Amino acid sequence: MFALIVRRLLQSILVMASVSVISFSLFNFVGDPVNNMVGQDATREDRVRIRQELGLDDPIIVQYGRFLGNAIQGDFGLSYRIKRPVDQLIAERLPATLELVFVSALIALGFGITAGVYTGIQRNSWASRLVLSGSLIGVSLPTFIIGIGLIYLFAVHLRWLPSSGRGGVIDLGGWKTSLLTIDGWRSIILPAITLSLFQMTIILRLVRAEMLEVMQADFIKFARARGLSERAINFSHALKNTLVPVVTIIGINIGGLIAFSVITETVFQWPGTGLMFIQSVDFVDVPIMSAYLCFVALVFVVVNLVVDILYFVIDPRIRLGAK
Amino acid sequence: MATTKPPLGFWGRLADNDVAHSFLTTPSAMIAAGIAVLCIGAALLAPLIAPFNPFDPSQISLWDGKLPPAWIEGGQAQYLLGTDNQGRDMLSTILYGGRLSIIVGLAAVCLGMVLGVVLGVISGYFGGTVDSIIMRAADVQLTIPGILLAILINGVGRAVLPLEMRDEFAIYVVIVAIGLTDWPQFARVVRGATMVEVSKEYVQAARVIDLPGWMIMVRHILPNVMRPVLVLATIGLALAVIAEATLSFLGQGIPPTTPSLGTLIRVGNEFLFSGLWWITFFPAIALVVLVFSVNLLGDWMRDALNPKLR
Repeated sequence: MFALIVRRLLQSILVMASVSVISFSLFNFVGDPVNNMVGQDATREDRVRIRQELGLDDPIIVQYGRFLGNAIQGDFGLSYRIKRPVDQLIAERLPATLELVFVSALIALGFGITAGVYTGIQRNSWASRLVLSGSLIGVSLPTFIIGIGLIYLFAVHLRWLPSSGRGGVIDLGGWKTSLLTIDGWRSIILPAITLSLFQMTIILRLVRAEMLEVMQADFIKFARARGLSERAINFSHALKNTLVPVVTIIGINIGGLIAFSVITETVFQWPGTGLMFIQSVDFVDVPIMSAYLCFVALVFVVVNLVVDILYFVIDPRIRLGAK
Repeated sequence: MATTKPPLGFWGRLADNDVAHSFLTTPSAMIAAGIAVLCIGAALLAPLIAPFNPFDPSQISLWDGKLPPAWIEGGQAQYLLGTDNQGRDMLSTILYGGRLSIIVGLAAVCLGMVLGVVLGVISGYFGGTVDSIIMRAADVQLTIPGILLAILINGVGRAVLPLEMRDEFAIYVVIVAIGLTDWPQFARVVRGATMVEVSKEYVQAARVIDLPGWMIMVRHILPNVMRPVLVLATIGLALAVIAEATLSFLGQGIPPTTPSLGTLIRVGNEFLFSGLWWITFFPAIALVVLVFSVNLLGDWMRDALNPKLR
């Protein structure tokens, strides 16, 4: 088991190393960094001096080493456009994204697992059929169309909920949260539902498939023969055994939610990291692009690693098989 | 005793296999295929069937701008689905936009498919270091969500181009961005299938008679690994159309001068608050119907062509 974790760890480091090379090469491929830092009227001497100060005349491998050293400390330099440290900008906007992802994950898991269990047990009821066909449409609807639809219905037509922004914000020692104001909750409902819908359908389908499989297993028949109540069978025997794939999904889920937050945040003008990323792509603000890429890759790698380790903890078969 | 069958004509042979049989007995597949063919056909024939040419300034008048669909009060019969803010007929712009979306989707899938299949076959055939390098690259790429990578490649592509060429080459940049994010899926599946084929006797026989490696790969292995590729390509088409629409919606894709469905939705979104719902609604419906029918078709193909993939 230890060897396996070490191997996974090495693989993660390899992934991060590749991503860092891509992030680094962004700086060299896209435009001239000096042009992005000085004004139009800078003299030739100024440019040469800045090139030397930035170390752009050093061999590429030395530059990469410097980039890597800084990146590990979270230092990605100054944003070309806003002229402020990128790590500060990301730190400021991270709470908005994380709160959105957190609420969406709760919605996706809550509804996804409940509906999955229900459709798995009552597989032939009309409600199950309705939920399942609904989920097929959910997979086919692009995120931004769901967002636009919700905005039109609840913000433009019914005027119940705000269509953009984060609402009131309370500062908790540097972490600006909108989850403590009514206004904030009203603002988060639509984006959170939009973001969760796709993940919800995937969780629903997976839990349902697992439930169907588990319900055929011998230990369920045995539990029935013992005369256990339907409720005890469904929840303490069947559901428990569907948890392994659900853990994987939660892992992939978090990564996917962060990725798709780019779209949702744009639709709802949610002031998070995703919106910042899109704006940085618009203005070719390379330091932010490169930092965001590293950040997302890091989230994915860490989540995957944690999921792999959780497998060992949850499922004894994998633990024993890995010996 | 040999049973003699009457010789089948071309259509007979086409209908006389398991795939065709599955198709003809699955109503959802037939409906999906019908809608998909209708969508794609209507879009590709846009210049012939569209009532207006939305790119011809002489056919557009701003006086006719923001008209609602024909069946709502204030609508005009000649503009069946209404007009957008510039006075372009919605039906025509949707047909032309759909054409662009489908062309971009097809081209992107083809790029991803060719790249993935070539790398997959090479990876599975040679194994060893080549295999490790290609598959690690695929792993790394799959770590980053596809749509993010597409946005990034697309953004870099746009930034590298000079300003005046950006709009003109936007389509190619989008195709490359989506195609490049697509290949690992193909490569993984093809590699797996190739590894199965390589161990079979016919490949060993081909090796024994000393055929060159590329010939074994192209002539012998490739035809035998194409079935799952077809399934992936169909589902990939739906995903590529969504990816293009998403990029365009985010303002990173096809420019508004030659709008795709995603661009139309983005432009229309700005008028949503003033109650002009049809400028967004109809392109969105067109996109969803297109993606949904292609998805259904892909679902059926997955079951019919390769039960193992399920």
